[in-house]
Amino acid sequence: MTEKTIAVDYLARVEGEGALKVRIHDNKVEEVQLKIFEPPRFFEAFLRGRSYLEAPDITARICGICPVAYQMSSTHAMERALGMKVGGPIRALRRLLYCGEWIESHPLHIFLLHAPDFLGYEDAIQMAKDYPDAVKMGLALKKVGNALMTLLGGREIHPINVRVGGFYRAPTVGELKEFRPQLEHALKLAEETVRFSAGLDFPAVEEDYEFVSLRHEHEYPLCEGEIVSNKGLKVPQDRWDDVFEEVHMPYANALQSVRKGSGTSYHVGPLARYANNRDHLTGRADELARSVGLEKVVRNPYKSIIVRAVETVYAVEEALRIIDAYQRPELSYVEPPAVPGTVSGGAVTEAPRGILYHRYRIGPGGLIEDAKIVAPTSQNQKRIEEDLRHLVERSLALDEASLTNACERAVRNYDPCISCATHFLKMDVQRD
Amino acid sequence: MAGSRKPRLGVFKFASCDGCQLSILDCEDELLAIAGAVDIADFREASRAVLDGPYDLSLVEGSVTTPHDAERIKEIRAQSKALVTIGACATAGGIQALRNFGNVEEYRRVVYAKPEYISTLATSTAIADHVPVDFELRGCPISKVQLLEALGAFLQGRAPNLPNESVCIECKRRGNVCVMVAHGTPCLGPVTQAGCGAICPAFNRGCYGCFGPQGTPNTASLTSQLKVLGVASPGVQRLFRTFNANAPAFKAASEAVLAEGKST
Repeated sequence: MTEKTIAVDYLARVEGEGALKVRIHDNKVEEVQLKIFEPPRFFEAFLRGRSYLEAPDITARICGICPVAYQMSSTHAMERALGMKVGGPIRALRRLLYCGEWIESHPLHIFLLHAPDFLGYEDAIQMAKDYPDAVKMGLALKKVGNALMTLLGGREIHPINVRVGGFYRAPTVGELKEFRPQLEHALKLAEETVRFSAGLDFPAVEEDYEFVSLRHEHEYPLCEGEIVSNKGLKVPQDRWDDVFEEVHMPYANALQSVRKGSGTSYHVGPLARYANNRDHLTGRADELARSVGLEKVVRNPYKSIIVRAVETVYAVEEALRIIDAYQRPELSYVEPPAVPGTVSGGAVTEAPRGILYHRYRIGPGGLIEDAKIVAPTSQNQKRIEEDLRHLVERSLALDEASLTNACERAVRNYDPCISCATHFLKMDVQRD
Repeated sequence: MAGSRKPRLGVFKFASCDGCQLSILDCEDELLAIAGAVDIADFREASRAVLDGPYDLSLVEGSVTTPHDAERIKEIRAQSKALVTIGACATAGGIQALRNFGNVEEYRRVVYAKPEYISTLATSTAIADHVPVDFELRGCPISKVQLLEALGAFLQGRAPNLPNESVCIECKRRGNVCVMVAHGTPCLGPVTQAGCGAICPAFNRGCYGCFGPQGTPNTASLTSQLKVLGVASPGVQRLFRTFNANAPAFKAASEAVLAEGKST
């Protein structure tokens, strides 16, 4: 009888602190745990008693990698609670800001965190010695995303220009037009990124995921749309709590979100968005996905790197479309009405790594009474554990170091953000 | 070869959003040059490779919120020739220091279904509350320009040249119209340390103090002015209680507002 444990004490090249534990007994996988030891920060607790107007700035601090996602989910939730409608150029500017975050976050993951796994390096700095052009391309592309966030948001990390109802200041038509050449350059880099990522070697793995994402009638989803899946789920955003629930595992400082009733896992992020919205990819994003032979539904988690690249092309093209159509609004925000009593509202937007849900209850004085935030990585956590279990079952012949490395890779497919989920990994493989 | 060894850099994370570490990866034009000038010995967000200490320079992000982290920072200090804290979490406890004014037991119950699984301290505190710190980089998040200045300074063995003035001075330099004087917008600029470039006023909003208190902040005078502008006591208190709530000057200002609120 042999028992073996594989342990990764601190997962690298992910955002935040997590660990991994796999226990193998007589060549059978007994237990897989994605342990989140990122210390809890209690956002949902201290949001109570704060003004609803403060939520975009405060919740942005849950994650330095995707602050725009937090700002967008919180503003939309507050606006739904107050019955506000925000359209026209303000809506377009929000999509533009979100494009900036995708253009920054996706290349960060593709080149600095994920590509070293495919090419056999410990990090992008070492990879840069042999692949200087690829790393420099990634940095140049990410820089354009950051520059776009700075233009619209004041700075790239924790932008300061987002408020409930819109923005503190709307950019002028001239300021946006001046940015066009940078985006045209980024489009070429993003197209090259699709070809680069499609040229990598992929393990032949397919998983039967329930892909959950937003779906909008007319566009690739960012801030609006219904919650849908490839397995028949289709509900409006305010019915979140009817279809998902969070469970607390004893080994983690994070809650796992599962399908309510069945308790089954689901998968959020680029693969899910792409599977549910392939028909909304147009222009170069559509042409490139076809030219590199990307299936309409991608079930190989390693190929998420190609889908991130295709989404980056989409985000650059969408940014160009928004800039070309932009007319500066007279007012940079819609004035929120007085809080009419106790009201509540929830909203879902598409963070680079998947859907992010916020729900708030606001009291008559405008103070938050209750807050609930479900981050993308909490939703993927159970599914990551299932991917790991399948991987270890397939790979029992591997030595300890190779198996550990393979497990870390499988986790990084999800671009996990542990800071978000703790509200993530140290690996520990036990063979009994 | 000991004489030609490159300085060893460690980047460590405590309770935080990862944004300040990301600022290093966001130095797109300088990242490969930085990587050429130092041996990145430990930077888990960016690399699997880990070199043992001691480190010539350690950058520490995040605040101390767990018993384990209170011990870990001592080990990092012991391994570090110079230790620089980066960002509001590390320099003042961060937004998660709001627990210092509340009840952490209740917090645990609000957020987690099984509060008994969570190990946490009742407070979130700055790194300097636990170990000696050689230099602090303020901000939520830090400024890339300030980060590069601090890295350059430590590599050259000189003191970083960073301002200790208020956001008001940066506002004047940028040519912003004063949002408080011209529009009556509540602004923490007069008591907040410069470094961000006065971005909030440039976007028609008041400063929310993410770089923390400036050297000699007159918070009492600002509190009076905020009240003149019609901000009620709880609102003034919330203004001081965000990302640097536990910085001594902002903490005292928020408590003074409360005491005053009780006596009137």
